Amino acid sequence: MISISEEGYYGRFGGAFIPEMLHPNVEEIRKTYVEMIKDEAFQKQFRQLLRDYVGRPTPLFLAERLSEKYETNIYLKREDLCHTGAHKVNNTIGQILLAQRLGKKRIIAETGAGQHGVATATVCALMGLPCVVYMGAVDIERQQPNVSRMKMLGAEVRPATSGSQTLKDATNEAIRDWINNPEDTHYIIGSVVGPHPYPDMVARFQSVISEEIKWQLEAATGKSNPDLIIACVGGGSNAAGAFYHYLNEDNVRLIAVEASGLGVDSGESAATSVLGTEGIIHGSRTLLMQTPDGQIIEPYSISAGLDYPGIGPMHAHLIQSGRAEAVHITDREALAAAYDLSKREGIIPALETAHAFAALEKIAYQKSDVIVINLSGRGDKDLDTYIKHFEEFNE
Amino acid sequence: MSRLENTFNNKNKNLLNVYFTAGFPALDDTETIIRSLSENGVDVIEVGMPYSDPMADGPTIQQSGMQALENGMSVAILFSQLKKIRNQVDTPLVLMGYFNQVMQFGEEVFLARCQEVGVDGLILPDLPLSVYEAEYQDLFKKYDLAPIFLITPQTSEERIRKIDQLSKGFIYVVSSAAITGNSKEISPEQLAYFERIENMNLRLPRMIGFGISDHQSFSTACKYADGAIIGSAFIRALENGKEDLDKTIKTFVKGIRNN
Repeated sequence: MISISEEGYYGRFGGAFIPEMLHPNVEEIRKTYVEMIKDEAFQKQFRQLLRDYVGRPTPLFLAERLSEKYETNIYLKREDLCHTGAHKVNNTIGQILLAQRLGKKRIIAETGAGQHGVATATVCALMGLPCVVYMGAVDIERQQPNVSRMKMLGAEVRPATSGSQTLKDATNEAIRDWINNPEDTHYIIGSVVGPHPYPDMVARFQSVISEEIKWQLEAATGKSNPDLIIACVGGGSNAAGAFYHYLNEDNVRLIAVEASGLGVDSGESAATSVLGTEGIIHGSRTLLMQTPDGQIIEPYSISAGLDYPGIGPMHAHLIQSGRAEAVHITDREALAAAYDLSKREGIIPALETAHAFAALEKIAYQKSDVIVINLSGRGDKDLDTYIKHFEEFNE
Repeated sequence: MSRLENTFNNKNKNLLNVYFTAGFPALDDTETIIRSLSENGVDVIEVGMPYSDPMADGPTIQQSGMQALENGMSVAILFSQLKKIRNQVDTPLVLMGYFNQVMQFGEEVFLARCQEVGVDGLILPDLPLSVYEAEYQDLFKKYDLAPIFLITPQTSEERIRKIDQLSKGFIYVVSSAAITGNSKEISPEQLAYFERIENMNLRLPRMIGFGISDHQSFSTACKYADGAIIGSAFIRALENGKEDLDKTIKTFVKGIRNN
């Protein structure tokens, strides 16, 4: 049985390892979020915004040509069709309503690929709240379109210049901002990481994905459970949402796809489930890439959204307990999958999402299986990278 | 009686705690810095274990930590340096670091080693009070180490009382809602907060830290507590005066004490 304890642990992973400066804020959220999620008025507002603003439910699409290629039955959960182009907005809608309930006047966020930053800037514009997004200086370079979008939406993008200048460092900077502004500011974490209750709260906001898959699949195939669900994992928010209502349905295989960069053993990787050991990152006890001395190792992936040295505590537990299977995909495998999906189904996926598609080459399945791939985001933000490598992969 | 208790029993005004990052400016400066701080009458020495992701620290301490890691500093090296120094100085030594460093060393091995090399207390900002109480309290007692917890302007009275019960040595009073290295002038709101804490008549001595950078802020803080903690300002002094550490440290401490 997969569940979270009162103190925020999934098995041995989770908890809230935070400095005293953050204690009142995190405690305030912990005391509020469950009650809020159960509150009918919240649910009404949340559901209405998901429908009228985000465009939910997102379609579940039978990808016939892809199914033909892999000789099985593949459905795509089209989170790329959400407003802002990725699943991230499901969570930011939920958290902006939380911020309003807490009376917060300013919003901060971290972002890797920029999708969470855009989704946060978007809901801040919607609610008229000022927004500061921390983004690694390296990621600002490689995800320019999203930086421009955030600016146009009225957010201030602040570069994180410490460490590897990617998602981990952006998260450190956002935490420091929150320590400096504890009373008026809410920190919208974009993934199922961070101190309890963030991993659980973000997973609950994203769980709308698997809630919809259940009834959509039932309508399409007559049964609500697929045989496999495949999702990419950086911190793991889209995977958490796609797995959520299937966590305790043991006949559904959960496939968590990590980015192995230049290869798991290359030294340039973000394959946390194999390279990571148990420790603490961003307030949570989980698997992370670190030296024997406990210094966090800078990860690498072509995809800014998967370029993170940790993994959400729920995923650490799912993988260690054997409930989920981890698959590792290199930069090149992801690129090949992206070009293939574009031509085969007319869908250009985000680089992060392309890793999930590449997993089809690596896993065993039956011809009769029903496979759901969570198509977590669209690839507009990655066009520069795709164009750069186009010739190599498309001769 | 422990060195920390002794220090606070003998003196309850104007105690000066100076923080430095081990391995900065150079790997082997630990001994010189501790000896020199001690000779210049610093009451408590806080030794930072450099960390890749120090979430409660500002840019000055972050950069000193990155430099220290580049210089090759590790927890094991630090312990062996401290062991040598302990024979030469009697000043209480408090280690400051992040809980992951302790976890990776092995919690009990780490605490045992602290006792062996003469460390008196530990400041681990991201070790939550509840986890300490449930899992580590007995080990801290076993190895006679003082757990030193932080309180902030947002900490509730109930929680401060609990921290006062669970801590040993002293309570670290974080001067404002901020990371380290912020050196704005002390505001009326901060003074009201210091007064509020002072009037709680806590069991333990209080040391005010974060944003204390010079004689003026030090002496203001000392009016409301047993003493104060200086970190980033000292790191900057070391950076600017690394050619002659003894002279730099003497001048720095003199400047803070203004005598």
